[in-house]
Amino acid sequence: MTRIGVIVFPGSNCEYDASLAMTQLGVDVDLVWHSQTDLSGFDGLILPGGFAHGDYLRPGALARFSPVMDAVASFAREGGPVLGICNGFQVLTEAGLLPGALQKNRGLTFISEPTALVVGSTNSVLTWLASPGQELTIPINHFSGAYTCDDLTYEALEANDQVVLRYKDNPNGSRGDIAGVANREGNVVGLMPHPERAMSTLLGSADGRVLLEGFVSAPRRDLRASAANAAAL
Amino acid sequence: MNYPVIVEVTLREGIADPEGATIERALPALGFTGVTNVRAGKSFRLDIEANDEAAALLKATAMAERLLSNPVIENAVARSAKVVS
Repeated sequence: MTRIGVIVFPGSNCEYDASLAMTQLGVDVDLVWHSQTDLSGFDGLILPGGFAHGDYLRPGALARFSPVMDAVASFAREGGPVLGICNGFQVLTEAGLLPGALQKNRGLTFISEPTALVVGSTNSVLTWLASPGQELTIPINHFSGAYTCDDLTYEALEANDQVVLRYKDNPNGSRGDIAGVANREGNVVGLMPHPERAMSTLLGSADGRVLLEGFVSAPRRDLRASAANAAAL
Repeated sequence: MNYPVIVEVTLREGIADPEGATIERALPALGFTGVTNVRAGKSFRLDIEANDEAAALLKATAMAERLLSNPVIENAVARSAKVVS
């Protein structure tokens, strides 16, 4: 059975929402304290939202040096699916596992509201079950969510089809309306919106399901290489 | 010997600075006109044990690159904080 690890840093606060979403999708889930260094046995990892290490210095700046992060990086290098949600996205950019950085929102306001998103690339462990152009309503809840990168990085993101989600109506000043990006291989994904809070229409939206269902059932492999192989056949 | 060092971290040229922009808009309201190019940043003051000042600054620069700043969006400059009397 699929087993997902949810990494818990001191100051994380969305680990139980993320775990509940996993349980609702029928997969096994374990909370993993940040001092652990062994991640064997997991089929996927989630870095949840919150304020890891108090967001001191910069969001994600200190979490990057938590003992567990070397194992997260190895897991990612081996093609394992890794998902960073909100603060988890910030940690993955600080760790250099995803390109760019997250800056304070335009207007310097903390924004907590449902946002309309448009699916971009489906070459990722998060979006492979969704359709390009599909609209999803998922809440955001952040102060430092403005995606930022230099021109060279932005061009590479576009050229390699790494932008997985865009805001329909940019709420925070993110460059290119970017709400989520993947690494080149598509197995590491970060997004500012919270799909784990969009699991039920009764609670506002179930649009997070198509993303997280994709994540828990994503095969552990290089999606692009496989796509290239399939195209060659 | 301990050398006092200040590391200043600012956003790179071309990176939007919402804090600086907000401060710039607030200044005229207080009567401070003619202020442009406001950039917000952080500064860190450290005492660094080293053989000489150059070595201390080198250490500070390495710290700035690895931890104190995010080179993706920020620049860091280390300088001596020694008070010349």
